[in-house]
Amino acid sequence: MSTINQSGWRPTTPEAGEASDISTFTGNRALMLDEALIFEIGSSETTGVDFGEVPAAPSRLGGLERSAEIGLPGLSEPETVRHYTRLSRQNYAIDLGLFPLGSCTMKHNPRLNERMARLPGFADIHPLAPVDTVQGALEVIDQLAHWLITLTGMQAVAMSPKAGAHGELCGILAIRSALDAQGQQDRKILLVPTSAHGTNPATAAFAGFSVEDIPATEDGRVDLEALKARLGPDIAGVMITNPNTCGLFERDMKAISDAVHAAGGYVYCDGANFNAIVGRVRPGDLGVDAMHINLHKTFSTPHGGGGPGSGPVVLSAALAPYAPLPFVEKQGDKFHLVEEETAGEHHAGTFGRMTAFNGQMGMFTRALTYILSHGADGLRQVAEDSVLNANYILRSMTDVLEAPFAKYGPCMHEAIFSDKGLPEGLSTIDIAKGLIDEGYHPMTVYFPLVVHGAMLVEPTETESKATLDQFIGAFRSVAARAKNGDPTIKTAPHFAPRRRLDETLAARKPVLAWKAPAKAEAAE
Amino acid sequence: MRYLPLTQPDREAMLGVIGASSIDDLFVDVPASAVLDGPIAGLPMHASELAVERHMTKLAAKNLAAGAAPFFLGAGAYRHHVPASVDHIIQRGEFLTAYTPYQPEIAQGTLQMMFEFQSQIARLLGCDVANASMYDGSTACWEAITMARRVTKRGKAILSGGLHPHYVSVANTMAKFTGDQLVTALPTLSPTPDTDDLIAQIDDDTSCVVVQYPDILGRIADLSKLAEAAHAKKALLVAVVTEPVALGAIKAPGEMGADIVVGEGQSLGVGLQFGGPYVGLFACSEKLVRQMPGRLCGETVDAEGKRGYVLTLSTREQHIRREKATSNICTSSVLCALAMSVHMTLLGEKGLRQLAAINHATALAAADRLAQVPGVELVTPTFFNEFTLKLSKEARPVVRTLADKGILAGVSLGRLYPGADDLANGLIVAVTETTTSEDIETLASALQEVLA
Repeated sequence: MSTINQSGWRPTTPEAGEASDISTFTGNRALMLDEALIFEIGSSETTGVDFGEVPAAPSRLGGLERSAEIGLPGLSEPETVRHYTRLSRQNYAIDLGLFPLGSCTMKHNPRLNERMARLPGFADIHPLAPVDTVQGALEVIDQLAHWLITLTGMQAVAMSPKAGAHGELCGILAIRSALDAQGQQDRKILLVPTSAHGTNPATAAFAGFSVEDIPATEDGRVDLEALKARLGPDIAGVMITNPNTCGLFERDMKAISDAVHAAGGYVYCDGANFNAIVGRVRPGDLGVDAMHINLHKTFSTPHGGGGPGSGPVVLSAALAPYAPLPFVEKQGDKFHLVEEETAGEHHAGTFGRMTAFNGQMGMFTRALTYILSHGADGLRQVAEDSVLNANYILRSMTDVLEAPFAKYGPCMHEAIFSDKGLPEGLSTIDIAKGLIDEGYHPMTVYFPLVVHGAMLVEPTETESKATLDQFIGAFRSVAARAKNGDPTIKTAPHFAPRRRLDETLAARKPVLAWKAPAKAEAAE
Repeated sequence: MRYLPLTQPDREAMLGVIGASSIDDLFVDVPASAVLDGPIAGLPMHASELAVERHMTKLAAKNLAAGAAPFFLGAGAYRHHVPASVDHIIQRGEFLTAYTPYQPEIAQGTLQMMFEFQSQIARLLGCDVANASMYDGSTACWEAITMARRVTKRGKAILSGGLHPHYVSVANTMAKFTGDQLVTALPTLSPTPDTDDLIAQIDDDTSCVVVQYPDILGRIADLSKLAEAAHAKKALLVAVVTEPVALGAIKAPGEMGADIVVGEGQSLGVGLQFGGPYVGLFACSEKLVRQMPGRLCGETVDAEGKRGYVLTLSTREQHIRREKATSNICTSSVLCALAMSVHMTLLGEKGLRQLAAINHATALAAADRLAQVPGVELVTPTFFNEFTLKLSKEARPVVRTLADKGILAGVSLGRLYPGADDLANGLIVAVTETTTSEDIETLASALQEVLA
């Protein structure tokens, strides 16, 4: 063999040695690459876009030409691609592994969705194009609306809300409109459980309501009797998440709805957790009047690091007349867009427009693609597998972590644990950071507020048993380290692109935009 | 089903670990009356990737894509060329399939991008700080009005007639419920915007004046006088930008004294998409930042002293402050913000200025050519890449007729202001670097034919 190798190179047997103290010239560690800001590596003279000749035309800008430097750095195309590729590698993502962030439903995002949304017939059409030229787009909206109405057993759906919280706002404005139409202006209080998403009380306040808490029962549900006792002529309705944020189905949902209706109020359901019941339960059968559906949760459109979302709102017959503009209506073979102009004829009750155009079309095409892929049978399996996966984690962890509601029965799509039993000085956050070192995104932490040191784990249906088994092993190991007071967990993560970050400093001395470092005086 | 990895033996083994005899045992909390026995009747069953692709492609083919026709629509959404690398980057799974960066140690990619985006937007709009995005321009505009109410503790906002009518509609919808008082007006087909009227209306109850720049008809007004007048009454000036490419050519609203600048960022990097998802821009002066809605990313250091980024000033937000939050917004539009940020990075100052210059020059050529058509009058003497024509006929049917000929001629004021007779002959025409001289010629001769 060695006769062939004339370079003198010899295969070696590697030795590990101690590497942690070695510093590198760049500060990088092989594939762990830091990246400077575009403001530090770009320049205002560099551009990654070629234009033909730029015409030197006279301007008609009213004498308002922008003469001062804007201060926007440019990079060439290869530098741009590299900059963002390097940044991307500092992110955890579903594509990399299990992302069990409770109540956020981080499931696989099928790439067919992306391909379909990019068809020029969907991606390259203007929101104000003549309706005859966008019949296919209106048909997409109509088909998706039909699925959402049918899956929820409701009367109508408002498609335009831009995200979950915007959908909540839509539902709450519909409730306000219905009450006002009945002369019930004095109903100004919405009842919201303490376990609710922060958006619920914030939405109620944004729409001019005040908020009161609904107490919970020992087993993590709405206290029906306490709720009934509070109902009265000042109550506009309730906002209830079902399945709730403890991962539990509100068994009394129908009785809650009946009681609220009997007292003259309306029932808003936060549909963030619809994933757990899609195809198995229709909220309409439980007396719900309005519910938003996060297309970026149940229907697999990507979260994109914090949006865009999409939050269509299904409505009961009682609220449907108040739905916002615009919406799609089919007349004969043709689809129409009902806007302010035409609303007067049949939709005089509409509370108006919530957003400039037609909602999150790019999310509609993705969600419809996903829904058609699964079909009625597949969507039902989605709910079943998501619930099965969550219960599998729940029952595999109860001997190491306290699961406050496990003794009352199964959970739905997410399992909740508390920090009870952890030694002084160690908490949920430490388990979360320990999981980062194990290669996982942590669960949702310290939410909902009703469980001390809450850890809310939602695996979703797109994880295999092998993935869950490995996660359970890691979760158990980290929980055990925390329980045993392992000091290294207090300083985790050790292997992430950054150690724990100083959030207090960030809030105390906010640096929210890049500023050029002060130039030396000598330059004058 | 291709998106579900569990096998039947897996499911049975897992039920065994759980101690359940069937999946139904896990749904025991659902009342029997609400349980569905099987797949909902009347809905189709699962389908292959190929079958779904066929279905969706067929629907897409029923639309006339902007790129397949001479195209002149604007009025709040603009068609620009988006470099190929933008779409490549936003499709990287680490960006596409990440969540809101609540765990900053493993989300520095999104966080640094947000910080860069905030810095770019602040500079572009001429403000100290910008947030990490809102849903879109129209909702950002309403949020600015509520922010001005919080800052000034006054409830009356004066909206310019040049503000996009859908933005006005959104504000009207919300004000009905919040009790804010809005003063609104229709635009007029006149050469100058309504700056003087706005100034005359500012009083001691005014929280803010909201003005679009360039306005819905394309006109450009100096905002300095308006800012001075607002500030003299301790009111704020809110400026709305629906075409950020313009700011590569004209002064930023912040430079002219606007306190809050909001906008629609769609025209850089995002694409038309029939109206969404888009990306709302929100910027203000440093002293107002604690009243700002939405997510903010800030610089900090980690335990080893390395620079890093985190979500910050969260005590403004709903997940901490609940009903006392500055807004109910949670999910915003970060992936679209990434697209916009990448596009701005590719352009840089030089590229943005070139892009703006090409847009303006092409629009000048188009306006002059179209104004030669008998029956066409150019209403707007100043404009960037969008101008308004007054036709000798009602514009809305003209647009429909031209659409039947495969020409997407612009946005008629009849569509935007149904019932406003004085505006019925108005046509808003947008021209960008994607518009060719052939497109302009095609529109000119078709208009000539229709107006004859």
